[in-house]
Amino acid sequence: MVKTVYDKIWDNHLVYPGNDKDPSLIYIDRHFIHEVTSPQAFDGLRINNRKVRKPNLTFATVDHNVPTTNRSLPLVDEISSLQIKSLQKNCQDFGITLFDINDQNQGIVHVIGPELGLTLPGTTIVCGDSHTSTHGAFGALAFGIGTSEVEHVLATQCLWMKKAKNFEIILNSNSKKDLAVSAKDVILSIIKNIGTSGGSGSVIEYRGSFISNLSMEKRMTICNMSIEAGARAGLVSPDDVTFEYLREKKYTPKNESFERLLDNWTDLKPDASAKYDKSFTLNVDGLVPQVTWGTNPAMTIDVTSTIPNPDEYAKGDEEEKKSAIRALKYMDLTPGLPITDIPVDRVFIGSCTNARLEDLIEASIIVKDKKISPNVKAMVVPGSQQVKLSAEKLGLDKIFMDAGFEWRESGCSMCLGMNPDILLPGERCASTSNRNFEGRQGTGGRTHLVSPVMAAAAAIAGKFVDVREWI
Amino acid sequence: MEPFKYLKSKPVPLDIVNVDTDQIIPKQFLKLLGKTGYGKYLFYNWRYNKDGNVDSNFVINLPEFAGREILLTREYFGIGSSREHAVWALKDFGFKVILGASFADIFYNNCFKNGVLAIMLDKDKIDDIFSSKTDRDIEVDLPNQTVKIDSDTHKFEIDSTLKHHLLEGIDEISTTLKYENQIRNYELNNFQ
Ligand code: SF4
Repeated sequence: MVKTVYDKIWDNHLVYPGNDKDPSLIYIDRHFIHEVTSPQAFDGLRINNRKVRKPNLTFATVDHNVPTTNRSLPLVDEISSLQIKSLQKNCQDFGITLFDINDQNQGIVHVIGPELGLTLPGTTIVCGDSHTSTHGAFGALAFGIGTSEVEHVLATQCLWMKKAKNFEIILNSNSKKDLAVSAKDVILSIIKNIGTSGGSGSVIEYRGSFISNLSMEKRMTICNMSIEAGARAGLVSPDDVTFEYLREKKYTPKNESFERLLDNWTDLKPDASAKYDKSFTLNVDGLVPQVTWGTNPAMTIDVTSTIPNPDEYAKGDEEEKKSAIRALKYMDLTPGLPITDIPVDRVFIGSCTNARLEDLIEASIIVKDKKISPNVKAMVVPGSQQVKLSAEKLGLDKIFMDAGFEWRESGCSMCLGMNPDILLPGERCASTSNRNFEGRQGTGGRTHLVSPVMAAAAAIAGKFVDVREWI
Repeated sequence: MEPFKYLKSKPVPLDIVNVDTDQIIPKQFLKLLGKTGYGKYLFYNWRYNKDGNVDSNFVINLPEFAGREILLTREYFGIGSSREHAVWALKDFGFKVILGASFADIFYNNCFKNGVLAIMLDKDKIDDIFSSKTDRDIEVDLPNQTVKIDSDTHKFEIDSTLKHHLLEGIDEISTTLKYENQIRNYELNNFQ
């Protein structure tokens, strides 16, 4: 039988096969947990007197709640502190490795998995967090789960699942790398085209010349937002770029073990005539920077455009029209307004979508020797302590701080604002994160999703600009 | 988990598409350590005005809808964050059935783990209920997989395992632990 990459990984992990009606039991190779979606799972284990089946396959960190300011001080927020303490206790009681708040490997779970070599090709990876799709960049089947499933994986190392559909997204490009238009613009453009439910019920496989030439960090940005296109997971077939990235990472098997793995990994390509249930092709050349204007990630538009009117956006769909009207009201925007006339109050460079070293390097190129607008408060929150350290070695912290940015400790921060980093009601933010839902970054806050270079330029100009003019 | 078989209730019509889990339960309420007590925060930013007072126009707050156990929704309910707190909040508030045209995958799964039945019907049937039947009793019959309103009976699809778990109120982990041999074999074959 000819197979896609997803088919291959699926078949390799069948513990008990299902059928069209019944789910299959799938083995899980790697389980990541964090402080917010795991406490109730451990409670469940305790109540039923159950153990963690394979504690060595689960890794934990604290990221969602942690303050990004000075960590030598005690936590101000008692409840956050309680969640962090309960994760510490749970990891200790059940023998799970934890990258704790002051660990040099602490960071956003989807940033640290890859950088520690815990994310490997051909594996199944889950986490109680929807952006687990990020790890698909390594040719893994990686998806988010709910807390009951976290408990299920802890207890059994397996999950019941129905096989999803195969969806190929082909990204073509003939031109060479472009600083102004990046992975973030590509994934926003895909979501704009296929909609927030375009990938529903599917696992997306990203293919094509654009993907092959992309670095691992940028592949992660694309796979990360597969969930915003409604897909359960997104993946890229692993290649030399993947293997070289992994070779020297902390937890990657070394020497002969690595060479043996390589043999298996090189097989993780779609068979020549593999069939996909759905296909979408995008020519990336000619793409311009993207900016979201509404309250879901499909409400995206070219930076050169104006705010659409609801009819134009909805294309005849009454429900979508209502939702566009609602979004415009929430965002306090009127149709016809040029994107580049929209002022911003805040700029957030961070999150599991865009807070890796390359993202920070690119943003720093825009920021270097400039000052942020006096009307803007801007911050950079590196995705992990390792990213932070590497960036500091390159002097990026200085570039950002000289320009007026705050330089913070790693964590999810204002991506979802569970810690003190939040937007105030009415504040408008250029954000490199992945969700622009109502209130996502703070009640009443208004989020525009953009790439790191676009966010950096908005901080300097005090409004959105077409960053191509700056490069 | 409590078993679920039948339910008769009028629906609460939430006429919004693409309702994301950030709206169902905003992040500031994800800091509890248990599974209950979330009902009062359900749809928090829509139910309460900025000054903290109840928004008397929001559908969940309308007195005539109090006590209804079916939430009627449209397309793509539960998109976004995987937080199971969204289901805990709906359940804690009193909803036992979520009836809609489509659901986000993770949210859909989370419902069943908590004894909440998520039912998908065709969009035109959902449109019809919204337009003329929000004050009719809806009879949900899980064994027969039907939703009955007046004389209309609609069949719905459900995975047989999910159905079984819900009907019997079974905890999924105990089912899976019966596959110990298969799991052990898999581990023996794949890890040296
Ligand atoms: S950075 Fe944002 S999207 Fe990523 S894991 Fe944290 S909260 Fe979720």
